[in-house]
Amino acid sequence: MITHQLSVFLENKSGRLTEVLEVLGEENIRITALSVADTAEFGILRLIVSDPEKAREFLKKKSFSVNLTEVISVIVPNEAKHYAKILRILSDLGISVEYTYAFSLGDKSIIILRCSNTEEAIKALKSHELELLRASDLYKI
Amino acid sequence: MDIWNRHFECMDRNGIRKVQSERLRETVERVYFNVPFYRNRMQEAGLGPENIHSIDDLSKLPFTTKHDLRDNYPFGLFAVPMSEIVRVHASSGTTGKPTVVGYTRSDIATWSEVMARTLTAAGANRNDFIQVAYGYGLFTGGLGLHYGGEKIGASVIPISGGNTVRQIQLMHDFGSTVLACTPSYALFLAEAIEESGIKREDLKLRVGVFGAEPWTENMRREIEEKLRIKAIDIYGLSEVIGPGVAGECLVQEGLHINEDHFFPEIIDPETLQVLPEGSIGELVFTTITKEGLPLIRYRTRDLTRLNFEKCKCGRTMVRMEKCLGRSDDMLIIRGVNLFPSQVESVLLEISEIKPHYLLIVERNNNLDSLELKVEVEEEFFQDKISELQSLREKIQNTIESAIGLGLKVTLVEPKTIERSEGKSKHVIDNRKF
Repeated sequence: MITHQLSVFLENKSGRLTEVLEVLGEENIRITALSVADTAEFGILRLIVSDPEKAREFLKKKSFSVNLTEVISVIVPNEAKHYAKILRILSDLGISVEYTYAFSLGDKSIIILRCSNTEEAIKALKSHELELLRASDLYKI
Repeated sequence: MDIWNRHFECMDRNGIRKVQSERLRETVERVYFNVPFYRNRMQEAGLGPENIHSIDDLSKLPFTTKHDLRDNYPFGLFAVPMSEIVRVHASSGTTGKPTVVGYTRSDIATWSEVMARTLTAAGANRNDFIQVAYGYGLFTGGLGLHYGGEKIGASVIPISGGNTVRQIQLMHDFGSTVLACTPSYALFLAEAIEESGIKREDLKLRVGVFGAEPWTENMRREIEEKLRIKAIDIYGLSEVIGPGVAGECLVQEGLHINEDHFFPEIIDPETLQVLPEGSIGELVFTTITKEGLPLIRYRTRDLTRLNFEKCKCGRTMVRMEKCLGRSDDMLIIRGVNLFPSQVESVLLEISEIKPHYLLIVERNNNLDSLELKVEVEEEFFQDKISELQSLREKIQNTIESAIGLGLKVTLVEPKTIERSEGKSKHVIDNRKF
């Protein structure tokens, strides 16, 4: 139930993001979701991709600093109240959400969460009958 | 032109050599019998005090370096018991530990004497108000100028560094006539005065004694024009005594070295051979009157050349040229010594793997600034903005407290810092003096 998200350290210089995407493009890696967390000096690029291990190797060869982070993917109907419910469940249990991002396809939404305790979060969400995506499903989108 | 100590400062060359030889013999005995480090070194070279008769024998003796001071931190090279040390000062070391120096009462008197000569050579006397804007504390600048100023009977204002608004206010209200600070701070003050609304005609500044960092003839002209004073170059290093090792006279054709206290040699920094008169090379000093921390052939790493001709001012003490550079990688930033290796030590403390780093020095508006770029190797990279930011802050805070200088730390991607074959280039100094 764990998804491996790629995170890449980027300096706040123009062209860095482009180069990452070009590398992934050359190696035919498909990107399911992407977000950039930024500060004035640097950013962290987060990607859900079709083959995280391979993508990591390709990026490392190009001298990028890359990590794989465990995140959870939840699929819900495309309504804000469902997103809110997920966050409420976690906060009631004292599990903090370090960051989250989401995207929608038609009447479904996919929500990516990075939690302070991945195992506990998975248990909690499953016990509320929420549908967690397997990594393989997610990478196929 | 006034000379503080005509007897020595205008002595004939033969007389000087005799004094130097006698004092060298005493110093060699002092270190041989009191400092294990020197005794061992001399014994290894098959030498005893009886082998040193005059300054012609000096080249038989081994050199001393900053590393030796570090290896014997803090007081291992002192030649007297601590009960006789009345003052310690410290300056930057090549790694974590500072360089520590110590003074007996007699050394403090020597220091005051050579500073009195320096100030007198700059035209100062008991009727002057000396604004000492060098830092007071472990740094030798502030207290060195202070004791020298008191010795000549001037009125000393121990204002120390910083607080520019107050510097200008007191300069005006007290009528300071002599300014003592780093040359870059002098330029900074010059502009601050212009902006302050206080008219230059209302200030009584006449001369400045500037040192603790390298500065060019261009900078000197700029200071002299902007502040409308004579800008005198002074030279020193705490290992030898502090400020007062050498200073320009009003002729401004070289800095007179107080060679009856500090014997100079010029060596080739690679072969370590003493070079013929007039050659450019590394300046080496042997202290021949200090008791607390006498040093034999201390390598300053400063490059210059010596001129033994009698100066138009009447002084016969040898002159050194304004320093032409260094034979090591030490930087001087806002008057503070910095070795890139100090930064390396800190980075190694923070992580086991030494990341690639680059120090960039700039000078904007006459103030030096320092930036440290550190590559975010995979081992450091965490997928959390707050973690990266606290890593950056940790590096910044640890380095700032280790080196005593504020700096900006920037995290950069791996492999963005140029690699070089052989000696890595850790510093880019964009300052143009």
